[in-house]
Amino acid sequence: METNLVICGSGGQGVLLSGTVLCHAGLKEGKNVTWLPSYGAEKRGGLSYCCVVLSDKNIASPVIGKAEVIIALDNVGFDNYENSLSENGLLILNSSLIKRETKRKDAKVCKFPITELAKELGNIRIANMLALGIYVGKTKAVKLRSIIAALDNVASEKYKELVAINKKAMEKGFQLGNSR
Amino acid sequence: MKAVYNAPKSLKKTANSYCPGCGHGLVQRILAEVIDELGVREKTIGIAPVGCAVFTYDYFNFDVTEAPHGRPPAVATAIKRCLPDRIVFTYQGDGDLASIGTNEILHAANRGENITVVFINNAVYGMTGGQMAPTTLPGMKTTTSREGRDTTTAGFPLRVCELLSTLEGVEYIERVALFDPANVIKTKKAIKKAFQNQVDGKGFSFVEVLSPCPINWGLRPLDSLKYIKEKMLNYFKLGIIKDRSNCT
Amino acid sequence: MPKIVNKKILVSGNEAIAEAAIIAGCRFYAGYPITPQNQIPEYMSWRMPEAGGVFIQAESELAAINMVFGASLTGTRAMTSSSSPGISLKLEGISYMAGCELPGVIVNMQRGGPGLGNIQGSQADYFQAVKGGGHGDYKMPVFAPSTIPEAIEHVMDAFDLADIYRSPVMILSDGILGQMMEAVEFLEYKPKNKLPKKDWILNGAKDREPRSIYSLMMQSPTMLEKHNWKLAEKYKKMEIEVRYETYLADDAEILVCAYGIMGRICKGAVDLARNAGIKAGLFRPVTVWPFASAVASKLGKKAKKVLVVELNLGQMVEDIRLAVEDNKKISFYGRPGGAVATKEEIFEKIKETAK
Repeated sequence: METNLVICGSGGQGVLLSGTVLCHAGLKEGKNVTWLPSYGAEKRGGLSYCCVVLSDKNIASPVIGKAEVIIALDNVGFDNYENSLSENGLLILNSSLIKRETKRKDAKVCKFPITELAKELGNIRIANMLALGIYVGKTKAVKLRSIIAALDNVASEKYKELVAINKKAMEKGFQLGNSR
Repeated sequence: MKAVYNAPKSLKKTANSYCPGCGHGLVQRILAEVIDELGVREKTIGIAPVGCAVFTYDYFNFDVTEAPHGRPPAVATAIKRCLPDRIVFTYQGDGDLASIGTNEILHAANRGENITVVFINNAVYGMTGGQMAPTTLPGMKTTTSREGRDTTTAGFPLRVCELLSTLEGVEYIERVALFDPANVIKTKKAIKKAFQNQVDGKGFSFVEVLSPCPINWGLRPLDSLKYIKEKMLNYFKLGIIKDRSNCT
Repeated sequence: MPKIVNKKILVSGNEAIAEAAIIAGCRFYAGYPITPQNQIPEYMSWRMPEAGGVFIQAESELAAINMVFGASLTGTRAMTSSSSPGISLKLEGISYMAGCELPGVIVNMQRGGPGLGNIQGSQADYFQAVKGGGHGDYKMPVFAPSTIPEAIEHVMDAFDLADIYRSPVMILSDGILGQMMEAVEFLEYKPKNKLPKKDWILNGAKDREPRSIYSLMMQSPTMLEKHNWKLAEKYKKMEIEVRYETYLADDAEILVCAYGIMGRICKGAVDLARNAGIKAGLFRPVTVWPFASAVASKLGKKAKKVLVVELNLGQMVEDIRLAVEDNKKISFYGRPGGAVATKEEIFEKIKETAK
């Protein structure tokens, strides 16, 4: 089984980090994983995306031509990647920032006010992990406990105290994704 | 009977290919004597430049490598960092050091690499046939400045010692010249100090030697010594330009 | 950070290459910042001193390669890395290293060109890497890894080949492989061949005759030609180091030829084609010099059509043409703007080719 995901948004939204967490989770479950980031000249702002592939077999292409799932955290990402969704693919949209409807009539669409939900949980910056939770709840690509455990792989000492709230975001997201 | 004069052990018994009256042979003899006197021949690694002095690996009786044009300070940096207890020096001409290699010499000096640099300034590209060098004097005729160096288009001669003396990393800089026996002795003293500094771990030491190139200057050997004294010294002042050990 | 061998970890291509070098005994690294390979000097800046080696952030790519030249002649395993514009500057030093017969590893994480181009992955430096690049009549082994585990293996083997043949060796990778992450396991480093004693290094002429290292050979009229014939013999010997991979190629009617990052992506395209009932197969040169011409020739002559895929305007395709000797059946698909072709895109090309 091979599955892929494109996460997109703007620099600073934690797009790359959420992809990394998913890869660590996949790795914990013994899967093959690849993570391919966008990289630009600027350190902040601008389009940001990453491609994640999870597979039981060796992964041929880390580059995603047709994404099975796209998580779009804002219009910048959404406008750029909407077209690369595979037929009948899944769109997870942050309706706090994306106000328009998708042009893809074939898409399965899952809309949540991710930014607002993150604010309610106490930190706007955990929107990325909330979105990842929704993805895992919806697709079961990996287990919830794997992404939670993967937080420890990416949290440096400086940010250890943020692990708890990120975990909360994942759980909340999972619950939302699982219920719809 | 006591020997009062011998070939230095650091020189091979090979005839060199330098032109009559050239300064390279003299400076290399001085270098060999200094290395003998410091007893470091067996741990010395020399770096030859591109230019007339490239063949020094055939003349010196210790390990020598060639380096691409202008890059000896980069090569020396790596050798010294890999083998910190060896004695590493570069021997470079004015085209090599003051033109194509300005970046490398500047940064090696600025990093304060514990190496010795001997810089031969004869105001001309020797090996390629006497073209204008960065150190060619204003008005001086060369094959690429047939009416004499025009400072309005070719700029002024580069004073490398003064330039490098502003850098914090530098331990010692002196400019010497080869125009008479007293100054030849001063040259040896300066080069010895530059090596002693390295032995003592003091850091980047640099000696510029004003050296004759009679053939490319179109002068007789004796006249070229006069040329150094009467012309070059006006522009390139002799003496210690920087010596950190004199600072308190 | 990946310091432990024999444990699967997630790591970027750039960091994997740096750590592999450390494990292989590289104890000197000099580099200069350029995207998309900056993680290599960044990693080396702390890891190399920790391993007891020397890290220098050089003033330029020219200085960096010449520092590798200097470190190498002391017998130290040395590496530098850069990306396309920086490699152009390093060619001077690479040519001198070839002439002086100095080992060393040069990593090129290619980006789009010409000129400053862009910072996205590319394969536009194939000619530069395999046809000389620098001046003079030299060759060097060039590895083109297509996965991060393979890059690790290549870096380790590159240091061995460099020492065995006293030659610079290049890792010709690209920004995609450098930036992406993949799970890898750092295996313990074990040379696959016996390594020669370095009895040529300069470390001070103690209890031996002085040695010299040089590439200028004009002391006698025949000296350089003799030297070049000697190098030619060495290049001939290096041919046994050729590596390649084939995938479903034995009965392939459409032979796809690709290397490096496109090698793995084309494997995915071959799978798509097979699922659609098209007999596609892959020929992937693993070393792009030496080049597996005999294999390309055999497979290419057997196949009905040959499709060469590169992230450039068509470079390796010339080597394929020389090997297959039937231009009519060979077609080329390239993305030359620092863009990357997807497996779906190549699958479409395979379908077109099969028509």
